[in-house]
Amino acid sequence: MKKLNSLIGAALIAASGLVSGGAYAAGGGDFKAPEPTLIDWTFGGVFGTYDKAQLQRGFQVFQEICSSCHSAELFSFRMLSKEGGPEYSEEQVKALAASYTIQDPEHIDGERSGVPADAWPSPFETKQDAIDANGGVYPPDFSVLAKARNVPQKFPNWIGNYFTAYQEGGADYIYNLLTGYNEPPEGVDVGAGTYWNDHFHGTGGTLAMAQPLYDEMVDYEGQAPETVEQYSKDIAAFMMWLAEPDMTSRKALGFNVLMFLFLFAGLMYMVKRKLWSNVDH
Amino acid sequence: MSHKSTYEPKTGFEKWMDERLPIIRLGYDSFVDFPSPKNLNYFWTFGGILAIFLVIQIVTGVILAMHYTPHADLAFNSVEHIRRDVNWGRLIQAAHANGASFFFLAVYIHIFRGLYYGSYKAPREVLWILGVVIFLLMMATAFMGYVLPWGQMSFWAATVITNFFSAIPLVGEGLMVFLRGAFAVDNATLNRFFSLHYLLPFMIAGVVGLHIWALHVPGNNNPTGVEVKTKADTVPFHPYLTMKDLFAIVVFMIPFAWFVFFAPDILGHPDNYIPADPQVTPPHIVPEWYFLPFYAILRAIDFNIGPIDSKLGGVIAMFGSIAIWFVVPWLDRSKVRSGAFRPMFKWFYWIWVVNFIGLTYLGAQPAEGVYVILSKTATFYYFAYFLIILPFLPRIETTLPLPASISESVLAKHKTEAAE
Repeated sequence: MKKLNSLIGAALIAASGLVSGGAYAAGGGDFKAPEPTLIDWTFGGVFGTYDKAQLQRGFQVFQEICSSCHSAELFSFRMLSKEGGPEYSEEQVKALAASYTIQDPEHIDGERSGVPADAWPSPFETKQDAIDANGGVYPPDFSVLAKARNVPQKFPNWIGNYFTAYQEGGADYIYNLLTGYNEPPEGVDVGAGTYWNDHFHGTGGTLAMAQPLYDEMVDYEGQAPETVEQYSKDIAAFMMWLAEPDMTSRKALGFNVLMFLFLFAGLMYMVKRKLWSNVDH
Repeated sequence: MSHKSTYEPKTGFEKWMDERLPIIRLGYDSFVDFPSPKNLNYFWTFGGILAIFLVIQIVTGVILAMHYTPHADLAFNSVEHIRRDVNWGRLIQAAHANGASFFFLAVYIHIFRGLYYGSYKAPREVLWILGVVIFLLMMATAFMGYVLPWGQMSFWAATVITNFFSAIPLVGEGLMVFLRGAFAVDNATLNRFFSLHYLLPFMIAGVVGLHIWALHVPGNNNPTGVEVKTKADTVPFHPYLTMKDLFAIVVFMIPFAWFVFFAPDILGHPDNYIPADPQVTPPHIVPEWYFLPFYAILRAIDFNIGPIDSKLGGVIAMFGSIAIWFVVPWLDRSKVRSGAFRPMFKWFYWIWVVNFIGLTYLGAQPAEGVYVILSKTATFYYFAYFLIILPFLPRIETTLPLPASISESVLAKHKTEAAE
């Protein structure tokens, strides 16, 4: 009996070794993508909040560079004055919205100046127009793009994510992509209208977007450096906010809920103990 | 129910009601005075946890349906509208999406507890079968719910799963078109999935009612597997088990709240934040984590068996892996109910659990290289456990002596504790 038990035990250990060993077997190809840089974002972790100044800079990059090709259907002007976001004043947002012309078929001229409730105007009228103007590839909408991307992480590193509330993979991916334009590796034929990027899809590859950001391209008002790295960080943070504008209040409430649950669980444990103390169980 | 009713109507209204519709008596006998074994461990709290999660899913779901638009052009943004513009919508949506995951986590623990302690054995076969029916309904509900946000994974999951039915000979193709309501997954599919996603939870609630009824006739199993003999073996359900269950429910809520508030998207796939696009197939189509073991079994059958091609074979294996649960009460030939008294069974049981977790992992990996071989091995063991080990192990296994009663086992436990 004992012999059989130890035999099964040994088989079990061997089998579990096989499974975990297999985790590293995937992959392949000649080009080995560099490890993505993980940024220490202000909005990471349990108490993370967005950096107002960073979101304002990110918005500036979006407004001056990205928004000439990319739409953001779910982005409305009023969001810019919301608590926990870039927190522009309501007057600033009103003035900003008014400086844009909105296509409105209900209006007498078919167009009018914008109000804070308006959505950010798309650079192209239809999806097909956007495709035609961009070499046959649709520039993805920014609304939730930061949540639709992720940096590749090897087993077992990602297990920690469940305990650290890590949800910045999208922002990290965007940062790495924007700073990842490079000479194509030897032997890789880059077709016309495509560009090599070390981090595209997490594996490296060619994409239809040329490097969009260069040093000193956007004039920042404050002290922040005007470099590709800084621009990339700022736009990535802005896109994360755009995808998840209420993250700050969600986390703050979550902390209170967890505190309540711990307290409630403690009380219930004492109730249960007291109750069962007279039962032999 | 099966025990003698101890309910005594006290007020005039209770007496009046008891002679017309004894519903207060039913509630009292089921949830207040119901005699329950006093040695139940915390694995027995998952029934209560599951009941709470069914309520959470239905309440949040009904509210979400008030704001959701089941149309192929509007569904994706309507979910974002819930997250951004609806009061508390972000939390309700996150609780619903993560609630599904925790519902499945709890149901797996509940099922595995039943498999270990032999809760499916006579006289609880019907109770067990009803549980398997609930699990199948849960799978259908969860799958259709996953389609509703109409992201890339939603769309392609719907395509892959409805495509299974085309494997059925003769009627398969027609059945697939019938299920989709169109030749390809489209607006018609989304609409019917929304309708059914709203219907099925109420069917689950109905079967849960039967499940509880079937529980209250024979009463709870317990860790010793020895039936209740005297009143000394039991405690009344209220307050002893209501308070214990409530404690367990609150504890289970802690990781649930952690995911809802701090990692609401981590259990999902980033690709589902890309709106559905029939022209672009994602590189890896992966179901939600709670379907991965069955997905691994589906893909493990990549060879033809006589007239059955690999596609049909995979579908049969996948559905068979759950259908086999229906006959577990008759496959297991052991006279001893609880695994605690079966020294050899224990090993095979725990290997089966690890094997199941392994299948979950394999379901998420690409079907290539070492993963294929591992999937096949794990699938073989999955079925061998039910078809070989459960029926034939009792012939060679020497079980440990059973206690005469629950009370005696409790006394014996205390004696060994005192001696240590």
